[in-house]
Amino acid sequence: MDVMIGQLFTGLSLGSILLLAALGLSLTFGQMGVINMAHGEFIMAGCYTAYVVQQAFSTAGISLFISLVIGFFVGGLMGVLLEVTLINRMYHRPLDTLLVTFGVGLVLQQLARDIFGAPAVNVVSPQWLSGGVEILGAVVPKTRIFIMVLAIVCVVALALALKATAMGRRIRAVVQNRDLAETSGISSRKTDIGTFFIGSGLAGVAGVALTLIGSTSSTTGQSYLIDAFLVVVIGGLGQIKGAVIAAFALGILNSYIEYSTTASIAKVVVFVLIVIFLQVRPQGLFTVKTRSLA
Amino acid sequence: MPDSCGSDSPRSKRFLRLMAAPTALAAVGLVLTGCGSKASDTKDSASSAASCVDTSKDTIKIGMLNSLSGTMAISEVTVRDSIALAVEQINAAGGVLGKKIQTVAEDGASTPATFAEKAEKLISSDCVAAVFGGWTSSSRKAMLPVFEDKNSLLYYPVQYEGLEDSKNIFYTGATTNQQIIPALDYLKEKGVKSLYLVGSDYVFPQTANREIKAYAAANGIAIKGEDYTPLGSTDFSTIVNKVRSADADAVFNTLNGDSNVAFFREYTNAGLKAADMPVVSVSIAEEEVGGIGAQNIAGQLTAWNYYETVDSPQNKAFVDAYKAKYGANKPTSDPMEAAYTSVYLWKNTVEKANSFAVGDIQAAADGVTFDAPEGLVTIDGSNHHVTKTARIGEIRSDGLIYTVWDSGKPITPDPYLTSYDWAKDLGK
Repeated sequence: MDVMIGQLFTGLSLGSILLLAALGLSLTFGQMGVINMAHGEFIMAGCYTAYVVQQAFSTAGISLFISLVIGFFVGGLMGVLLEVTLINRMYHRPLDTLLVTFGVGLVLQQLARDIFGAPAVNVVSPQWLSGGVEILGAVVPKTRIFIMVLAIVCVVALALALKATAMGRRIRAVVQNRDLAETSGISSRKTDIGTFFIGSGLAGVAGVALTLIGSTSSTTGQSYLIDAFLVVVIGGLGQIKGAVIAAFALGILNSYIEYSTTASIAKVVVFVLIVIFLQVRPQGLFTVKTRSLA
Repeated sequence: MPDSCGSDSPRSKRFLRLMAAPTALAAVGLVLTGCGSKASDTKDSASSAASCVDTSKDTIKIGMLNSLSGTMAISEVTVRDSIALAVEQINAAGGVLGKKIQTVAEDGASTPATFAEKAEKLISSDCVAAVFGGWTSSSRKAMLPVFEDKNSLLYYPVQYEGLEDSKNIFYTGATTNQQIIPALDYLKEKGVKSLYLVGSDYVFPQTANREIKAYAAANGIAIKGEDYTPLGSTDFSTIVNKVRSADADAVFNTLNGDSNVAFFREYTNAGLKAADMPVVSVSIAEEEVGGIGAQNIAGQLTAWNYYETVDSPQNKAFVDAYKAKYGANKPTSDPMEAAYTSVYLWKNTVEKANSFAVGDIQAAADGVTFDAPEGLVTIDGSNHHVTKTARIGEIRSDGLIYTVWDSGKPITPDPYLTSYDWAKDLGK
C-alpha cells in the first residue's frame, strides 16, 4: 500500500516537473503559436544560472532563492533577444521558426560546453532540502516537495497575471484576435515581446528548480523539451488549465506504468496512449474557443 | 567505454557478416606479408596490407585518434593528453630504438564513421607505425576492419564489454573479468546475498547484467530486480522506490552519463545510505564524481583498475607529471592511465622486436611488461589484452576514490570468460 502511495507522490512530482518545464512553453507555443525548439536551452540557462549564483554565494540555502529570481530574468532576456532578432521576422513561417530555433538551441548547447565544459557541473542542494519526509509510509524527497510547491506558485502567479494585470489582458487580447487588438490601440509588438519574456523566464525558473533533482549539463534542457511539447499539445493550445491537467495525468500514468513494467516500456506505453488520445481529440483537452484562459 | 554496439545484438551479427569479407581479406594480407618482413621493405602490391611506414629517418610517426569535438571530447581529450605526456617522456629519455616519436593528431569527432575514415588516413597517408585512441565501443568496432584490412595496429585504452579480440588491436583497458567479476567477488566476500541491477538501456549494461546474473545464479546471490532506463533519463524516483522496497544487500550500477547524477541525488534524498545498501558503479571515475557532487555519492563503491590515489612511486611520478603539464586541479582516471600505459607497452614491444613492423610487434608482444601507475601490466599474446590489477574503490567526500580492496596481483585477461563455468552459455 505504501508503495502505491509512494508512486502517487512520484507521479505528482513528475507531473509538477513536467508542468514547470511546459508552463513557459504553454505561453510561447500555446498562446503565440511559436514553435521554439530553443525552449529547452532556456531551461539549461536556468540550470547554469543556479550554478553560477552558487559559485558567487557559497551558502546553498540563500543562493537557491536568488537563483530563482535571476534565472527568471536570464531566461526571459534570452527569450526577448531571440524574439527580437529572429522569431519576430518569421511569425508567418512556423516551419522556418522551428528550424531556426533548433539551430539556436544547438549553438547555445555548444556555447554552454565551451564555457562550463562538457561534464555535468554540481549544483549543491540546500541543507534544508536534503533527505525526505515520510508521508503515509512513503518517503518523499524534500526537493520534490519544493518543486511541487514551486510549480503551483508559478501556475497561480501566471493565471493571476493573465487575468488581473493590464499586461495579461493585452496578451489575451492579442492571442484572441491580433488585428482587433491592434485596432484598439494595443501594441502587438510590445505584447509579443512581453509574452516571450514571461514564457522564457518561466523556463529559466524551471531550470533552477531542476538542478535540485537532475544533472546540470549542456543537454539538460533538451531532455525536457519533448515532454514539455507533449504536455502543451495534450492540454490544448492556449490553455493553462489544460497544461496542468495534462502534466499531472502524464506524470501519474508514467509512474504507475513504470512501477509495474520498466522505464523504457512506460515511455512506449505513454507515447502510444498519447497517439491514441490525439487521434480521438486532436485539439487537446481544451480548445481555445472559450474566452477564459486560466 | 562500452556502448550500443555490443557483439551479441542482432545488429552486430549483421555487422559481423558485413565485416567477414574485409576480415578474410586482411587475413590473406597477413599471410602474404608474412610475419618477418620489415615494414619499410614490404612492397608487395598484391596486398592491401602493404605498409608505408618510413623507418629510415630518425623519427617515427604514431597517430593519436581521439574525439577532439562532439559529445565525447571532454573524456577523450584527457586520453589524448595522457598519450602526449607519455610520448614527451619517451622522447626525453631518448626515444624508441633511437628514433624520436612524432605524433599525428586526428579528431574522431565522436562519430564512429569519422574514426574509421581518420584511421585509414593515418595508416595510408600519414604512414604511422601505430594508432592510439578510441573510446566508445562503436568507435572501436568501426575502426577494427580498417586496422585488420590495412594490417596496422590500434592501442585501445578503455574498459569494455569483452567478447572480442583482434590481432590488430591491443586492449589496454579492462575486460569484464578484470573489472565486473572482481567487483562481484568482492561483494560476495562482504556477505552480499542479493543484488539490484540498475543500468542504462543499451547493450553494455544488458550484456554486463547477463554476466552478473549468470554469476549470481552460480554463487547463490539473489537478483531482487533489474531495471533499465533510456540513456539520458533524469527521473529516478520510481526506480529508487523499487530499489527501496526490494531491499537488496547492494545495487550494481551500469548507468552511463548524466543519469548517474539524477540517480545518486534521488538515492541520497530518499534516505538510502551507502552503509545499508551500497551502490557499486563501473562507469564513474574521478571526473564524473565532480558532476554528481561528492556529498551525494560519498561512501559508494566503484570498480576500476586504477585510481589517482593508488600509492606507488610510478603513480606518483605519473600524477605529478600530468598535473605539472596540464594543471594541478586535473584529476587522473583509469582510461587516462591505460592510454599512458599503452604508449609504453608499444615502446617496450618495439624494442623487444627490434622492429616497427606490425608482424614483428605481434610476434613479440606476448609477455611484454610495463611498470605502470596501476602496477605491473603484461601483454597476453593470445588475445592482445593486458593483465591488470582489479581495484574496488570507495568514493570519499574529497571527490577522490580510495582503494578498499585489490586483487593483489594482476589478473590474466579472459575476454570470452572461458575459465568460468557459469559463463559458458553467455557467448550464445
